[in-house]
Amino acid sequence: MAAARKPKKPNINKDELIGYYRDMLLIRRFEEKAGQLYGMGAIGGFCHLYIGQEAVVVGIEACAKEGDQRITSYRDHGHMLACGMDPNGVMAELTGREGGYSRGKGGSMHMFSSEKNFYGGHGIVAAQVPLGAGLAFANRYRGNDNVSFAYFGDGAANQGQVYETMNMASLWKLPCIFVIENNQYAMGTSLQRASSTPALFTRGAAFGIPGEAVDGMDVVAVKAATEKAVDYARSGEGPYVLEMNTYRYRGHSMSDPAKYRTREEVQKMRAERDAIDHVRDLLTASGEVDEADLKAIDKEIKVIVNEAAKFAQDSPEPAEAELWTDIYA
Amino acid sequence: MTIEILMPALSPTMEEGNLAKWMIKEGDTVSSGDVIAEIETDKATMEVEAVDEGIVGKLVVAEGAEGVKVNELIVILLEDGEGADAMNNIASNPTDASIAKNEQPMTATPTMPKTPMAAATVEPDFSPGTTFTKQTVREALRDAMSEEMRTNDNVFLMGEEVGQYQGAYKISQGMLDEFGERRVIDTPITEHGFAGVAVGAAFAGLNPIVEFMTFNFAMQAIDHIINSAAKTLYMSGGQMGCPIVFRGPNGAAARVGAQHSQDYAAWYAQIPGLKVAMPYSADDAKGLLKSAIRDPNPVVFLENEILYGKSFDVPEGIDHTVPFGQARVWREGSDVTIVSFGIGMTYALEAAEALVSEGISAEVIDLRTLRPMDTETVVRSVQKTNRCITVEEGWPVSSIGSYISSIIMQEAFDYLDAPVITCTGKDVPMPYAANLEKLALVTTEEVVAAAKSVCYR
Ligand SMILES: Cc1ncc(C[n+]2csc(CCOP(=O)(O)OP(=O)(O)O)c2C)c(N)n1
Ligand SMILES: [Mg+2]
Repeated sequence: MAAARKPKKPNINKDELIGYYRDMLLIRRFEEKAGQLYGMGAIGGFCHLYIGQEAVVVGIEACAKEGDQRITSYRDHGHMLACGMDPNGVMAELTGREGGYSRGKGGSMHMFSSEKNFYGGHGIVAAQVPLGAGLAFANRYRGNDNVSFAYFGDGAANQGQVYETMNMASLWKLPCIFVIENNQYAMGTSLQRASSTPALFTRGAAFGIPGEAVDGMDVVAVKAATEKAVDYARSGEGPYVLEMNTYRYRGHSMSDPAKYRTREEVQKMRAERDAIDHVRDLLTASGEVDEADLKAIDKEIKVIVNEAAKFAQDSPEPAEAELWTDIYA
Repeated sequence: MTIEILMPALSPTMEEGNLAKWMIKEGDTVSSGDVIAEIETDKATMEVEAVDEGIVGKLVVAEGAEGVKVNELIVILLEDGEGADAMNNIASNPTDASIAKNEQPMTATPTMPKTPMAAATVEPDFSPGTTFTKQTVREALRDAMSEEMRTNDNVFLMGEEVGQYQGAYKISQGMLDEFGERRVIDTPITEHGFAGVAVGAAFAGLNPIVEFMTFNFAMQAIDHIINSAAKTLYMSGGQMGCPIVFRGPNGAAARVGAQHSQDYAAWYAQIPGLKVAMPYSADDAKGLLKSAIRDPNPVVFLENEILYGKSFDVPEGIDHTVPFGQARVWREGSDVTIVSFGIGMTYALEAAEALVSEGISAEVIDLRTLRPMDTETVVRSVQKTNRCITVEEGWPVSSIGSYISSIIMQEAFDYLDAPVITCTGKDVPMPYAANLEKLALVTTEEVVAAAKSVCYR
């Protein structure tokens, strides 16, 4: 339970909150299942789970409208589920099957959906940042009021191309929301060990980009801050930096010896700051929702995730001819 | 229903591990997230968490067990209210049906030939009395760096996770302890930046070893590798050199997808001003890395994740170096020359062994360094065998193989009885799917087929 935070009555209605609860729970259960399938050998290679960070992407997606784009790193399963991509297609990509979003050719780190404006899924740390600004450039060029969300990590925030991008984004007033998912670690390197200053939300200051630090374990706070940022960018003011303070519960990828932090640190975050427990508390504290309602949602999610796992294992491997396709348009 | 917990795969290349420690005992209640065991792989010791809840019914694998295969049953959990008899028909049937039907992508890892040393094998020359010890490529690389750092204070190691984390692939294990933070330096994830910083330090006369977590990420830094490191000596009229080593794993690991599976051998081999090594065996890895660190030029040193865990005989107690530009003949043969390097040697040697039963005698040459490249040894061999095939993991266009065939055409045209065949990775980005990945990589069967084809069989 989220003991450290007093559930205060948020300025948000019950149905919205239930929606966030459902979306966050779907991500968590999906990721737990993916971890299990990895252990069984059904998923191979790298597999980076989003468990712990669910409130970030769910709070942000609550502010997105039709036509907005999103792009992120290899830690991408949560972003795909949150923007409405099909859990079956995502899981089947994890198992490398024909039913996957990239027909098995991308894998965990490289999935895309033109329908949902999800632009990947990138394996090179920070490479998605200029790409995300490019999506925003296209919005501005076309004169629409869409924004793009470029997600990257605390580790990625030190890459040079991030700053080249921020300069251009500010110079050209690109409607780009730079979302720094500060989960405190880049693989085994803590923020303090890699960053000369801890306040990542100020990283755009030199370029005149406003920034804000947000409790990324609180979906309501995430939504409130994102609303502001999105209004700013949509109205043509330019880019915005949101530093989402969050935490990853699992290892960096499935192969992480986890010697860089204590179990106690992880347990404490889980016990005191968990994003899903927090919403659960808000819902039950208001008295409008009871345990039975929540149990029903849990059940519903379990069915979706089990179905995705089954689909992902039953879907055939891609045809051998696929090896030679998609190289040139 | 009892819950069976199987030996998990903890990394892309893991096939088996040791059960270092049980954190639970029979009768304990576990809930999801609890650490149940510590498992040791060749890369790390890792904690394994339970994903289900239950009571520990039976620890099937004993603490300390070694070589436990991925997906082997290790512990049985009882669900609430279940008695031990619920386990009766399980222990004898370790894999449950839903798991047995999963394919096992981990077996895609190519294996070393059991005995690459058949009758015709050639050993490198060592002075009589040299003794050898079995070492993995990983250990040999670490020893090469450590030995050079002990004798030369100008040598230091920098890169992502090389210090406190002990190396993303454990190459620098123990080095922070021995050499301290001044000489084993953890960097932020800023390849372009730290490669530039290291090149500057080399201009100033230090001898940096830059570890790229993998060479895929060196693309971020390639401007410094080529424009700054490789060209400065020439541009400064010989005044300013750049004694630096850029090293790390190169090429495909297993199932890590298109952006993490590229072989850069042909890219770097093209650059004048660079030296390029790509060792296969542990003794060569050690000897070449020591030479690279001492070299006054920038060296790109291409390792391979799959080879890291393979063991070879490495000479002990001597300052073992291997010169650049000298190929190594692993097998002598008379019918066809197979030229390869790095992980490609695995397929070349396997193929040579398989060809024996076809009555084809293959000579296998490991180039070891790609720049400079010992084409003389290749040409001499082709003059004897009159046939040549090349084996590499990289793409076919402008490959190392295409260069070798052009050299053979120029220098041994009249000796050829068949066109040179280049066996390469397929001309596609690396697919993730297990079956497609297998197709994309060069295989032993392809090498065998190529050898038969040039022998007109
Ligand atoms: C350019 C580059 N360098 C190194 C890597 C290896 N690598 C993958 S993820 C990672 C850590 C990134 O941390 P962060 O940006 O904080 O994101 P998180 O994984 O915490 O979501 C590293 C070093 C890479 N993929 N790309
Ligand atoms: Mg991070």
